[in-house]
Amino acid sequence: MSDVMIEARDLTKHYGTVAALQNATFRVNRGEVVGFLGPNGAGKTTTMKILTCFIAPSGGTARVAGADIFEDPIAVRRAIGYLPENTPLYTEMLVLEYLEFAGKMRGLRGSELQAGLRKVVEETSLGDVVGKSIGELSKGFRQRVGLAQALIHEPPVLILDEPMSGLDPNQAAEIRELIREIGRERTVILSTHNLAEVQVTCSRVLIISEGRLVADDTPDDLAARAGKPRFVVTLRKDDHSAADVRAVFSSVGNAQTVTEVAASSAGELIVEVVPKGNDDLRADIFRAAVSADLVLLGLEQRGENLEDIFRQLTTKAGA
Amino acid sequence: MRNILTIGGRQFRSYFNGPVAYIVICIVMLTLGFFFWKTFFLFGRASAREMFRWLSLILVFALPALTMGLLAEEKRTGTIELLITMPVTEAQVIVGKFFGVLGLYSILLVLTVPYPISVSTLGDLDWGPVWSGYLGLFLQGSAVLALGLMASSWTSNQLIALFVALTLSVFFWVLDKLLALLPSGAASALEWMSFDYHFQSMARGVIDLRDLLFFFSVTLFALAVAFRALESRRWS
Repeated sequence: MSDVMIEARDLTKHYGTVAALQNATFRVNRGEVVGFLGPNGAGKTTTMKILTCFIAPSGGTARVAGADIFEDPIAVRRAIGYLPENTPLYTEMLVLEYLEFAGKMRGLRGSELQAGLRKVVEETSLGDVVGKSIGELSKGFRQRVGLAQALIHEPPVLILDEPMSGLDPNQAAEIRELIREIGRERTVILSTHNLAEVQVTCSRVLIISEGRLVADDTPDDLAARAGKPRFVVTLRKDDHSAADVRAVFSSVGNAQTVTEVAASSAGELIVEVVPKGNDDLRADIFRAAVSADLVLLGLEQRGENLEDIFRQLTTKAGA
Repeated sequence: MRNILTIGGRQFRSYFNGPVAYIVICIVMLTLGFFFWKTFFLFGRASAREMFRWLSLILVFALPALTMGLLAEEKRTGTIELLITMPVTEAQVIVGKFFGVLGLYSILLVLTVPYPISVSTLGDLDWGPVWSGYLGLFLQGSAVLALGLMASSWTSNQLIALFVALTLSVFFWVLDKLLALLPSGAASALEWMSFDYHFQSMARGVIDLRDLLFFFSVTLFALAVAFRALESRRWS
């Protein structure tokens, strides 16, 4: 089998006259964790529903694990573990009962089913709640049940629609860790609004806006593409003038520009140092401040982060 | 087939995890008991005919409560998405759900068996019409349940599914009682479409292939429509 696990070609979906997705083309390789980013209604969920054969695209097609979504939807579904948005589970069922159901539906029987159950319960740390009804569980645990049902048949591809939304930071961190763990052996696509998640969890980012793919890159390359790092330096004012300070830092490394940030508060002076290249100037800035007898109160590196890029890409895309 | 049984089994068990199954069973048994024994001793006959007459009417009202959530609730909560994206076909989902509710209905029918048994202790009961009556009830119930499933496939609102299913099942049950109002040609066609017309002959002990085929056809037709409705979401 080739290493391309998901291949989407010109996927297009119209709801009535509204185009939810237009000519989305992308590939995901074995072992990648790909983050699907985009504002609400951009087409993330639509793409996922098409890949899982819940809805059919109006145009284009896709292959998942070698099977075509039109020709063999059952094979596609067999290769996928899917967690839809908002984790829809049968809340009246017990956790174990539900996982058993999910396993059976994926063709597991007897000892295979028992082994699968044991494995996912352990992987998702559900041991303490298997006897509870799903309706009684907290959101974090429900999410784990959702992941467990998606994992029980050890699918090569996992599709997770906003797996971290609505969780508190601790729960989100746990789920994130779990997904990273899972992503070592499998291909994962997950959608999210949370850019920090993508930076830590994903090896590649697809940004989608108004139904179009506007970026397909690694989080680092995306960040690099958008702009250089800047260093924000906070100094005690004492009796230095802004001009003195600028002079001190303009000789640092290969600093290109030094600007005073507008509203320095009383007793503080804030300047921004922008290097010519992508160099990390923090050490040099520190030494320059010390030798010029400046008291350094703060030093912060600010890259243009994913958030800025995301905003750029998704707001100008329509123009 | 395995998928169908897994889906049906889950559906069947989930009825007992919630109140619906218990409520419907209680209401059916209580109303049946009330109507049946109220007149039983007036007739002074050891016959279960009256039980079937009442039961067929009560079930026409009660069964839609079992089917209203079958698909509507799954659509409302989104669980249908998880179900359909497992390796199953739409047809398996529909048939599985139908078997699940049919299983519960069978239990309901079994629970009424004490009625003919107690009648038989009071007099000389002819068991032939009892068994054919049960067959008739089972088939008529299948048709009502299939119609209910069909109604449930059209909406994500259980109440709408309930009212549509009630309207349909009551309509088909009551058809042969409206005949006096109609010209004779239309009347015999409508009579033939009535549930009660086919059921009553079975309750008398007559098993006619045409009655069986009628109920089979209605059931299959309704299931096919539900299948189409479920499948149409892919292309919407």
